[in-house]
Order: sequence, then structure tokens, then C-alpha cells
Amino acid sequence: MLYFIEQCLNGAQLGMLLFLLAAGLTLVFGIMDLVNLAHGSLYMLGAYFAATFATLTGSFVLALILAVVASLIAGMVLEVIAIRPLYGRDHLDHVLGTFGLLLFFNELVRLVWGPAGMTLALPPQMLTAVKIMPGIYYPTYRLVIILATLAVAALLYAVVMRTRLGMLIRAGASNREMVGALGINIKLLYTLVFGLGAALAGFAGVMQAPILTVQIGMGENILILAFVVIIIGGIGSIRGAFVAAIIVGLIDTVGRAFLPDILRLMLSTNAAQTLGPSLSSMSIYMLMAAILVFRPEGLFPAASR
Amino acid sequence: MSASLDPSLNAALGSVLSPRTAFSVALLAIIALFPVYTMLTGDTFVLTLFTRVLILAIGAVSLNLIMGYGGMVSFGHAAYLGIGGYAVGILAKEGINAGLVQWPVAIAASALYALVVGALSLRTRGVYFIMITLAFAQMIYYVSIGLDRYGGDDGLTIYKRSQFGGFIDLNNKTFFYYLCFALLLASIYLVSRLVNSRFGLVIRGTRSNEGRMRAIGFPTFRYKLVCFVIAGAMCGLAGALLANHTNFISPAMMHWTRSGDLIVMVVLGGLGSLFGPLIGAVTFLLLEEGLSRLTEYPDLILGPVLLLVAIYVHGGIQGLLEGRRRG
Amino acid sequence: MARSLLQIEGLTRRFGGVVAADAITLDISADEVHAVIGPNGAGKTTLIGLLSGEITPQEGSIRFEGADITRLPVYRRSRLGLARSFQITSLFRDFTALDNVALAVQAHRGHSFRFWRDARGDDELCKPALAALARVGLAERAGVRVDKLSHGEHRQLEIAMALATQPRLLLLDEPMAGMGPEESAQMVQMLRQLKGSMTILLIEHDMEAVFALADRLTVLVYGRIIASGHPEAIRADAAVRQAYLGEKQGGDHGGRHG
Repeated sequence: MLYFIEQCLNGAQLGMLLFLLAAGLTLVFGIMDLVNLAHGSLYMLGAYFAATFATLTGSFVLALILAVVASLIAGMVLEVIAIRPLYGRDHLDHVLGTFGLLLFFNELVRLVWGPAGMTLALPPQMLTAVKIMPGIYYPTYRLVIILATLAVAALLYAVVMRTRLGMLIRAGASNREMVGALGINIKLLYTLVFGLGAALAGFAGVMQAPILTVQIGMGENILILAFVVIIIGGIGSIRGAFVAAIIVGLIDTVGRAFLPDILRLMLSTNAAQTLGPSLSSMSIYMLMAAILVFRPEGLFPAASR
Repeated sequence: MSASLDPSLNAALGSVLSPRTAFSVALLAIIALFPVYTMLTGDTFVLTLFTRVLILAIGAVSLNLIMGYGGMVSFGHAAYLGIGGYAVGILAKEGINAGLVQWPVAIAASALYALVVGALSLRTRGVYFIMITLAFAQMIYYVSIGLDRYGGDDGLTIYKRSQFGGFIDLNNKTFFYYLCFALLLASIYLVSRLVNSRFGLVIRGTRSNEGRMRAIGFPTFRYKLVCFVIAGAMCGLAGALLANHTNFISPAMMHWTRSGDLIVMVVLGGLGSLFGPLIGAVTFLLLEEGLSRLTEYPDLILGPVLLLVAIYVHGGIQGLLEGRRRG
Repeated sequence: MARSLLQIEGLTRRFGGVVAADAITLDISADEVHAVIGPNGAGKTTLIGLLSGEITPQEGSIRFEGADITRLPVYRRSRLGLARSFQITSLFRDFTALDNVALAVQAHRGHSFRFWRDARGDDELCKPALAALARVGLAERAGVRVDKLSHGEHRQLEIAMALATQPRLLLLDEPMAGMGPEESAQMVQMLRQLKGSMTILLIEHDMEAVFALADRLTVLVYGRIIASGHPEAIRADAAVRQAYLGEKQGGDHGGRHG
């Protein structure tokens, strides 16, 4: 039971991270109609930036802030140089172009930081565990991730729903030409939105880094999960991304933890051992398949909210 | 006959003389002669490299069928390379080495997976479809990592290539090369018949304007699905060939970046053209090979090249040959 | 007497707060030309969408030749004999005119799971396709790619494709949209020749064409039918004049689209 609760919290934590990634992706897609395969690269860069800054400054928090800022800048520069020419093109062109960027960034990271990967150390306060219920202790840091991400989500909501920038974002999602005709600098808006997505991805990368190692290609696996989140939640919908991210995070984590045992009850040990690990990683995709059968547009299909 | 014969006759004449066809023919001739070069120089590297090119070209031909002609951009096509390869590998491990068993199983398994993936994914289109096919390929990738008995993450060596009996010896590099070449030509021919048949016109019409196709009475979903299955089956055969070529299977065969490579090949060669996939496969693999000799960080160049291709060249290399550009 | 081919009963469709089709009830008789007119935004294209199957109604029913087709998918309705042309030209741009029409013919010649034979040389498809093209006056342009045809020829091709499916009910959504006076006159001539051999539901803004062709007229305003009957009666109807023709002062509704 305790294990179950712990796994649920882990699932929520993964879900939060997925939400950050999915939010950035879905914003960019909803507003600029752009499929960005290099989004995972920005996540990876965030983690590497943080690892470097942490080594330089010795402070995790400072490294976090610097890394997010660096991701924001990197995202905006990338947008101006490489992404802008892709607007309005076929989605296939987007896929091709951002795939090239993905390959480029993996290689660039290998060049600059070497193939070995890095670690990001946590400050000692976070290495403890917090008592959340009688008898249940949960790692402080994972709790911090959940809370920090919720804070960022709230901030994102506030920005999108309550500020002028947010209003422009929402307007741009429903009617690009109109916003441009109103004299708003659409180019700048797009750059900011892309940068925002990059900052979200970078933040997620930094937060996740102490738990998994910082390595080349770390963006790919989580990117695909983020895609699954968007499919389930509905493209262009941040609310959908949030709900779907929690669901996906929970199912993936809890599935991996419990499915092998459930299988062992139902199948022979041999079969369970062969299939167990595979099936548990499949649980997300099975969920996605189920959604596709009953509701192909996703849970909350909408323009960017 | 019908009025449409005149323009197509003109087109046929034109294509015999066009730079595009001349290039394709020249390429085929060169490919056919590689084994001769190997025999003369004893350098088997070229042969090995080009066997791989031919095999992946079959994969690209199958992807071009659904992508170039059908407008279905699948980012999960490498899954079928993997399924075909694993069919051969798993059967080999269990002691079944007969090619006449392995290869049909490879094709059938791929077709089956394509049927399931297609039935679910084709309910969506555009970006959704791209992401979903990607996700399904990733799913099978993870399944293969979990198969400890068959190597898991490390992969599995195949000690005996597919056995066909008689004089068919797949261990003979030259023979295997020409076999792959023959199968490539056969798949290109098959595609050429498909895309001009009634079935093919439905597929192409659906790519052009699906709403109109339905309005005139076509139940487009089932045609797209059948096309998707055919493409999956063809790629499964390529997977079986690949497993034989490398004597090895591993999850890496169906990593999503392999799917990306296939897409690159199809786009580089020119979407919706018969020989485009081959041209694209040759170009991409030569580029990959060349760049990795040039520098320790080949993707630093390859990545931006792909980006530039996406931005500036839309007909692919074929388009360049015809002087078509999209700015 | 006049046999009823299409019975529309209480057809309603809302889009959010807008009622695009408001309890539409209408009978279309076999072999008649029935025109539907109304100001912009009246819901005419929604009606065609509901009839062809691209849009599903929230309430109401549609019966065609006695069978309930309210929830049938688009392609099934086409198979039953309902053909439509599109207001905004919807063709296969990278194919020739003949290819376009041949596809329409092919759709109604059994299944297309034929993988080997070249379909382009197939007389079974080409002959009827050429016949349809000839009927609309495009026979000489059969081998021309669609993106090289003029706008007027596109509109003709739209109709040819619909005709090639041998429909029993032809839904024409503003066939003369964007046409100049000469082309419109030709189109009217051509449609006149179709009169009597099939049932036509015609949506048009061009009043001259409407009065030249229509056996009966229905007027749609804000999704509701405000009048339906013979053209002369409609012309004289005070409510119609007020609601519809009266708006002529503000805009150019009586003339042709430019």
C-alpha cells in the first residue's frame, strides 16, 4: 500500500514534467502550427546548462535560474535562425527540418560536453525525505518537483489568461492574420512563444536531471511520451495537456511497478518474465490506442486555451 | 482510344529523354556493376555498403508508397524493419532456419502490425498521424528491449542465414547483393503497377483531396488501410533481408531515428516518384558514410543539411533535376 | 403526379449559439429543379452539407427514395445516388480533367481493389467520363491538368464530376459562383438541358438563373424557410420581398457574384 502511494506520487511527478514539455509543444503547435521534434533537445540543453552552471557556481538554485534563462535565449535564437523559415510549410517539412536539428543538437552536445554525460548534484537539504502521512516518507526533491511544476503551471495559466501577452497568444492561436493586421509584431510574438516553450522544456530538463543522468539523447524518449500526452489531451489544449500528463505519468509509473506482478498472477512465470517488462512499457501506448478508438480528437480538443 | 493517351504518350516520350530518367538508368547500371568492381579489386566494402543501401531502399520504396503517393506521413516505418528482422532472428534462435518459413512470417507479422497500427492511426491525420505512428513504433521498440530471451537491449546474433536449399546461398556476398537488387527492382515495379491501377488512383486521389473522394463515393479509410498494410509488408521483407545482411538483430533497428532516416531518404529522393526512394537511399547513406569519414561529428553537418533541404528543396533531388523549386 | 424523392423533416443544426438550420421541412419532387435562395449566412451551404452528409443534424430526418439517410456517411449517400458540386471548387488539382471525372465514374463501378491493370487506359472508365465532360462542354479540355483550367472550366468540371456518378439527386452549391455573364449564360443553358432527366436542388444567388431554371423555389433566412412554392408566387410574396429582396438596397444580392 505504501509502495502504491509512493508510486502514485512518482507518477504525479513524472506527469508534471511531461506537462511542462507538452505545454511547450502544444503552445508552439497551436499558435505557429509547427511540429517541433527538436523540443526534446531543448530539454536536454536545459539539463546540460544547469549541470555546467552548478559546477561553476556551486549552487543548485542559481544553476536552475541561469539554465532556464539560457534555455529561453537558446530557444529564441533557434527560432530566429532555423525555425522561422519553416512557418507555413507542410508538416513534413517541419518533421524533416526539426529532425535535422535534433541530430545536430545531439552531436553538438557530444562535441561540447563529451559523450560521457554529466550529473547534477542536489543541495543537501533536498536529499532528505518528508513525512507526508503516518509511516510514509517521500523524497523531498520529488515533492519539490511536483510543487515547483504546479507553481510553473499556475504561472503559465496566469500569463496566458491574464496578461496582455497571453491575450495575444490566445488571439494568435485563433486568428493569425487578424493579429498581424492589428499591427502586433507577429514575428516577435512567435519568437517569444517559442522561447517560452524552450524555457519550459529547459526547466523540465533541469528538474529531472538529478533523478536521471544528464546524457545525450535524453530528450528523445521523453519527447515521445510528450507527444502521447498531447494526443490524449488534444492538440492545442493546455488544460488537456495537464490532465493527460497526470494520467500518462500515473499509468506509466504504476504500470511499470505493478504490471509484472499482476502478470505473474495470470500467466506462467516464464511468460510473465518474458513479457512483463515489455508490457509495462506498453501500457501508455495501449491507453493511447484506446483513446484513439473512442475519441480520436483527444480528451479536450480545442484551440490553445 | 481516349483523349488522355496523347498527353501521357507525350509524357512517356518526355520521360525517356528527361534528365531524371537518364540519371535513374545510369544509377541502376552502376549499381548492377558494383560486384564486378569488387571482383576486380577484392574490395568488399563497397559491396557491403551498397547491399545495405539496396535493402534500405526497399524500405524507402515502401514508405514512399504511403507517403509520396498516399500522403500518409508515417514516422514509425522502421518498426517493420524491426518486425521483419526479428521474425527471422527469433525463428533462427528457435532452430527454424528455413527461409521459406522465416520470410513469409516476417512479411505476415509486419502486415499484421501494420493492420493494427493503421486501423487505429488512420482515424487521424496530419500531425496527429505523424505522432501516433511514432508512438506505435516506439512501443514495439520497447517490446523488443524487453525480450530478454532474444537479446533484449544488446541484440541477438544470427548464426545461420535464411536457408533456401539448392544453389541459393545467402552467405555468398555477390549472390546476396543481386538478390537484394532483384527484390528492389521487383518492389519498384510492384509500386509502379499499384499506383497506376484503380487502387492507386484512389490512393492518389485521396492524397489530393480526401473530401472530394468521399463525396464522389469512395470509402477512403479502407483503401488507405490496405495501402498501409502493403507498405508494412514490403518493409517487413526489407527487415528480413537486413537481418540476414548483418547477421544480427537489435532494437536499434526500429529506433525512431531509423524511421526518421527513412523519411529523409524518401524526401531527398523526391516524394511520389518511382526511383526517388533509391536515389534518396543512395544519397543519404553515401552522405552518412562520407561525413563520418570527414569528421568525428558528422551530424553537425548532416543536421543543418536536412534543415536546408526542408526549407529550400521540396521536390527532393528529383525536383532539383527537373528544375523544380519551392522557395 | 409529382413523386417525392427527398423528404426533409425538421432538420436542425446548431453551431454553438448559432442556429444554422432551423427545423427545415421540405419535400423535393422527382425530376424537378428546386432552387434554394436566401441572403448570405442564411444557412444554404449548411443545408447542402446536411443533405450530402458532411454535417450531421442535431434534430430532424432526411429520407431519400423512402430510406432514412440522416446518419449515413458521405460516401454511402453518393452510392445511393446523391451527388453534389461544391461552392468552393474542390477538385484533384494535379490530375487532368478526364482523370477527375474518371475517378467519379470509378467510384460507382464496384470496388477499386484492383492492383495491377492500368486504370487510365480503361474504356469502362474513360467512355462515361468523356460523355460527362461532353455534357458540360469540356470535351476538348479533357487532357488538360486542372491547375491549368480557367475558373469557369473548374465550375463546369465540378458539375461533370457530379454527373458522372449518375445521380438521381444533384445538389448544386452555387454552380455559377465567380462566373462572368457569358459563362453563366452557358451554364444556365447546360443546366436547362438536364432539366427533366434528373432532380436538381440548386443553391444560387444569380436570380436570373434561378428564375430561368427553377420549377419551385424555397427561401431561407437565418436558417428558416420563410417561403416555398412556385417562382411567381415567391416573387410576389411580401414577406420574401421584405426579408430578402429588400436587402438589395444595401448590397448586391440580385446580381451575379464577381
